[in-house]
Amino acid sequence: MGVKQLGIVGQSVKRRDGIGHVTGQTQYVDDVFYTGMLWLKMVRSPISRGIIHGIDTSKAEAFPGVVTVVTAKDVPNNWYTILCLIGVEPNDEPVLAHEEVMYFGEPICAIVAETEAIAAEAAGLVKLDIEELPPVLDMEFAISPDAPAIKKWGNNTFMYDGYNHRKLRFGDFEKAIQQADHVIEGDYSLSPIEHAPIETHCCVVKPEPDGRLTVHSNTQALYFTMDNTAIILQVPSQRLHMIGGTVGGGFGGKVDVITEPITCIAAMKTGRPVKWRWTREEEMRKSSTRAGVKMHYTDGVMKDGRIIARKVRSLEDSGAYHRHSPYGVQKHMANLPGPYTIPNVWVDAYCVYTNRQPSSAMRGFGVTEATFAVECQMERIARTIGMDSWEIRLINAYRNGQMRPVRKVVEDATLIETIQAAAELIGYELPAHLKAMSSDDYAGNGGHHG
Amino acid sequence: MESITVTFKLNGKTTAVAIEPLESLRTVLREHLHLHATKAGCGQGGCGSCTVLVNGEPVLSCLMLAALADGQEITTLEGIGTPQHMHPLQAAFFDRFAAQCGYCSPGMIMAAKALLDKNPHPNRAEIAEALAGNLCRCTGYVTILDAIEDVVTQMQEA
Ligand code: FES
Ligand code: FES
Repeated sequence: MGVKQLGIVGQSVKRRDGIGHVTGQTQYVDDVFYTGMLWLKMVRSPISRGIIHGIDTSKAEAFPGVVTVVTAKDVPNNWYTILCLIGVEPNDEPVLAHEEVMYFGEPICAIVAETEAIAAEAAGLVKLDIEELPPVLDMEFAISPDAPAIKKWGNNTFMYDGYNHRKLRFGDFEKAIQQADHVIEGDYSLSPIEHAPIETHCCVVKPEPDGRLTVHSNTQALYFTMDNTAIILQVPSQRLHMIGGTVGGGFGGKVDVITEPITCIAAMKTGRPVKWRWTREEEMRKSSTRAGVKMHYTDGVMKDGRIIARKVRSLEDSGAYHRHSPYGVQKHMANLPGPYTIPNVWVDAYCVYTNRQPSSAMRGFGVTEATFAVECQMERIARTIGMDSWEIRLINAYRNGQMRPVRKVVEDATLIETIQAAAELIGYELPAHLKAMSSDDYAGNGGHHG
Repeated sequence: MESITVTFKLNGKTTAVAIEPLESLRTVLREHLHLHATKAGCGQGGCGSCTVLVNGEPVLSCLMLAALADGQEITTLEGIGTPQHMHPLQAAFFDRFAAQCGYCSPGMIMAAKALLDKNPHPNRAEIAEALAGNLCRCTGYVTILDAIEDVVTQMQEA
């Protein structure tokens, strides 16, 4: 179908929800109020790692205006089950901690009270008896033999098919690197990044007379949230009437199903509507982040610019628990070689646990980090061998019909054409031999195709 | 604590409301008077999403005690336009895609209104300066500055 037939492509279309946004009529979750609504505040771990010996809620429960306290005992299935439906196991994160705490800010119990101020004040009255253990905060240390195992399975990494890292092997890296004219190495790292939406996490749940729960959520993934909440509550999903739609900024930070289960339990336990909204401090310090990543590249490059071998070791910091990171590392592994034809590839990608706040989804997580490293490395190669930035990419760009290291044949490559169009748009005149390249010709990258 | 009654002019109408002495103006607007356009991004003066006008001046309503609003004139986003009759700033934010998730938009528009009421012909740098206390995580700000510049141009032509 041509662009013309699509009709709408190339035209500016007004946002459906725009007028509501600019006139203040859009309803966000924190704009939902019910008569008799209670407020929830979370008691969180004050330390990064420790063993829980006692949680004394008696003073908080006796505080005037407190209606109930929700602890691990109240959670029917006390596991966050975020990716259990795609087989990411074993479950490792309790909804409410009761045996150990694994990061600063981990939820322990929830105070439900007549006002938000009362809930906050009573939260300070819960007495925690936690034996502090030395936290593991550095990824290299976490995977070293000296580190204490913070995971029950005995080490500090997610296990991929029995290995402590995700492997990708293609061709023969060890042999190819011996034949390279240049060996070019690079280290690349990213700090964790907080999504920092202007609207913090918020959930309002109202129990209905027919036994259903009306759940107002600012999740980015309503059905995913419904499934996971139902699994945690151990109720059929039709008991959850999920209302979402308007998110005041998400960027991947609002897919962790982190407010809905607890708020539902508080509403079921009290029989009254309950609101839980996070403070800015909770949003910045306790919510998940993009993972910190450390990548090391070792490339074998020929004088003519062809990359014949690439080895990458990458550590991704999952923080204290899985959330979306094991899946993120899988995507990361696949993208670490970059969109280039390299016949000999070796990747070891680790999903590492530390006692930091968990990392999770954020805009292309796993992929964006790899792209940053790959393109920095391409520049480093170009400068080292004295070739320009366009040529090094066009020579190595993948072509249709070639096998990628993840064992997928390239079918719809447009990298070369995109680079050529970019050059044209900025008025850069590519030399004739680069202009003549296309995604359907093999000659450009010296004919090597895996 | 004993509740007290404060009386102010809110969006042109004299309004009396019973409040707790330490409640912020934002809480009173949102939770007692149920005017929800004014947003709550931080509660500590960091984001600007709670910006309202007090006697024409932009004020972070999360940092102002509601008790101090007694006798003052308060304007919220609801008071400057409706979906049927949008204020030129609201129309420009809509036309220019300056509202993405929309959470910062009420504060942005009120801060912009305070500026244009005082200085109808600001340049782009002056607009950016007036909005320096308002954070947006979605748009990258360019469309917001474009929208306000559109209104400045419209006013010059009118
Ligand atoms: S809520 Fe007032 S400045 Fe953020
Ligand atoms: S539009 Fe989302 S914060 Fe500005």
